[in-house]
Amino acid sequence: MSDLKPLSFHVPAPAVRPGGAPDFRDVKIPPAGAVDRPPIDVAPEDIRDLAFEIIRVLNRDSEAVGPWAGLLSHEELLEGLRHMMTLRAFDARMQMAQRQGKTSFYMQHMGEEAVSCAFRKALSPGDMNFPTYRQAGLLIAGGYPMLDMMCQIYSNERDPLKGRQLPVMYSAREHGFFSISGNLATQFVQAVGWAMASAMKRDTKIAVGWIGDGSTAESDFHSALVFASTYKAPVVLNIVNNQWAISTFQGIARGGSGTFAARGLGFGIPALRVDGNDYLAVYAVAKWAIERARSNLGPTLIEYVTYRVGAHSTSDDPSAYRPKTESDNWPLGDPVLRLKNHLIREGAWSEERHTQAEAEILSTVIAIQKEAESHGTLHSGPHPSARDMFEGVYEEMPPHLRRQRQQGGV
Amino acid sequence: MPRRTMVEAIRDAMDVSMQRDDNVVVFGEDVGYFGGVFRCTQGLQRKFGSSRCFDAPISELGIVGTAVGMAAYGLRPCVEIQFADYMYPAYDQIVSEAARLRYRSAGQFTVPMVVRMPTGGGIFGGQTHSQSPEALFTHVSGLKTVVPSNPYDAKGLLIAAIEDNDPVIFLEPKRLYNGPFDGHHDKPVTPWARHALGEVPEGHYTVPLGKAVVRRPGTAVTVLAYGTMVYVSEAAAAETGIDAEIIDLRTLVPYDLDTIVASVRKTGRCVVVHEATLTSGFGAELSALVQETCFYHLEAPVMRVTGWDTPYPHAQEWDYFPGPDRVGRTLKAVMEA
Repeated sequence: MSDLKPLSFHVPAPAVRPGGAPDFRDVKIPPAGAVDRPPIDVAPEDIRDLAFEIIRVLNRDSEAVGPWAGLLSHEELLEGLRHMMTLRAFDARMQMAQRQGKTSFYMQHMGEEAVSCAFRKALSPGDMNFPTYRQAGLLIAGGYPMLDMMCQIYSNERDPLKGRQLPVMYSAREHGFFSISGNLATQFVQAVGWAMASAMKRDTKIAVGWIGDGSTAESDFHSALVFASTYKAPVVLNIVNNQWAISTFQGIARGGSGTFAARGLGFGIPALRVDGNDYLAVYAVAKWAIERARSNLGPTLIEYVTYRVGAHSTSDDPSAYRPKTESDNWPLGDPVLRLKNHLIREGAWSEERHTQAEAEILSTVIAIQKEAESHGTLHSGPHPSARDMFEGVYEEMPPHLRRQRQQGGV
Repeated sequence: MPRRTMVEAIRDAMDVSMQRDDNVVVFGEDVGYFGGVFRCTQGLQRKFGSSRCFDAPISELGIVGTAVGMAAYGLRPCVEIQFADYMYPAYDQIVSEAARLRYRSAGQFTVPMVVRMPTGGGIFGGQTHSQSPEALFTHVSGLKTVVPSNPYDAKGLLIAAIEDNDPVIFLEPKRLYNGPFDGHHDKPVTPWARHALGEVPEGHYTVPLGKAVVRRPGTAVTVLAYGTMVYVSEAAAAETGIDAEIIDLRTLVPYDLDTIVASVRKTGRCVVVHEATLTSGFGAELSALVQETCFYHLEAPVMRVTGWDTPYPHAQEWDYFPGPDRVGRTLKAVMEA
């Protein structure tokens, strides 16, 4: 008989499951304004603590406080609020359109609107995002036509991607938005390659990689950090930690590393955590990292601490794996409400104007939706031709595809 | 005209391409300062600087993934995977990303990238330095797959691949780097210096992708081969005295069906030869194509001679490798059918 104790197998589990009371006591939230703002040329080893903090600007009284505050005017903040409200209205309409059978699939942003909307504001023309499926705020805040987004979602005759790609997998080169793959994490390392190319050509543009908390477990994430670190690529690497990877809580991907941002430390990459539901904080940190990249100081890894209020997609039902009221208890609140309350406190906004703006935005979105639907929806009206399916696989159609198109009778 | 090894011809293709186009960049494991484990990139870093030719971390995923990003930016990366056997970590980037980007973005983003990989056996490389994974690429829409068999083609095809606006998988039969190899491993190596196809013109020229070539005209049977198997098939024809017409496919996708059909309709017989494993190999596709397009001209079943469906062995390399004896036996069988 062996006197060795048997090993035990460890599987992390979230604090609460359906039926339990939501509990976020483990999410340590520092007070707004408490985290220093280092100079952009700081040595990465001098700011290792930032990988375990949360940079916040808006406090509980809706004031903008601390060293990361004061970068945006009221006018700019009102524009940001409008972007987030537009994204939310757009989501609501498209979610409903999917339920009405007008498209196959949709993914909404509820609760995460500040991350992509505020980040977009800090970028310059020519910079390139390599987004995931939950950063449509980059398009909305970047002035990409909502009509094109809807036509893509409907896969109709006016779909800029000709019906080839799943709804919400947009591509908009002119708007600095790389084609979304749908395979997770693959684009994180491509962003690094794009940034390396920009540096090799002595360009001034930078790239931005996006990834979710769950997908950081993919090898692509680690390869991206290796290459970004080795070649000091001008890239901002964004991890959107919305706590949930479909039904899997973030602890499964994070393991024992404490935070996702801390993954950057071993690579010598400055790593920051930020309140992802705080428009001002997201903008401030984005601007800091973008300035570093553009000043040839190399990559930055940022973790946005946020919460996915809605389902993963229209094919998902979160009540099967987390308490229904969990989102109401998320300690970082709602990004639209927080910015709205800040602007009201500043005297730049009011409840009345907010209600009026909501109505205006909704009617604009509905008008564009009507126009989009006049070009067809997935199952009715005009849509891309079967013949077009064979185009664009290669620059020139090779003989075997030409024969197959003939056999298909199109 | 100067005679060159296939290594020198491949290096020359990159050199010429880098001179002509500043957007051509070359990187991979050991390819920078050292010039690659097979020396294919020797001297390129010194000549073009470390922004154009550089060493990469040991991460095939990272090499191809960053190359996709560079190509999307507007560069023409020509990357090296040290052995085709090492490409699997990069497979997702090749299949799900490089191959589909033009299609899924409706042409907004393209991937003019070449992934070079030494392929095939014959060097006692065992299971991790001998594989022939071409069918894993020919099965993927959006990729082009090229396998040169000699220095002249290697240079012309590689320049054409680098100038192509779609992703190209460029498989270099490593047993051919230093000379044609007909499968007689116990005989002295013939250097390219003594072979007509070792003649490589200076400067720029291309061999078009998608075009096969008849290496040995004949009337009795058509042999469809590529890479090392071109020479094995030549030896088999010579040793059996069967007047085989040997076609070197050069590009597997897009394949040159016209050349294949014209030959099989003439000879009425067809044997497909490749080093890769049999089941679901590219030979299955060729065999099906010949059956579909030449059925009423066929005098015998289309036969395949390939590697066995086992991992590539070490000690039993020459029992595994489809050499001239095996090819010859099948040629005879097809003639007697």
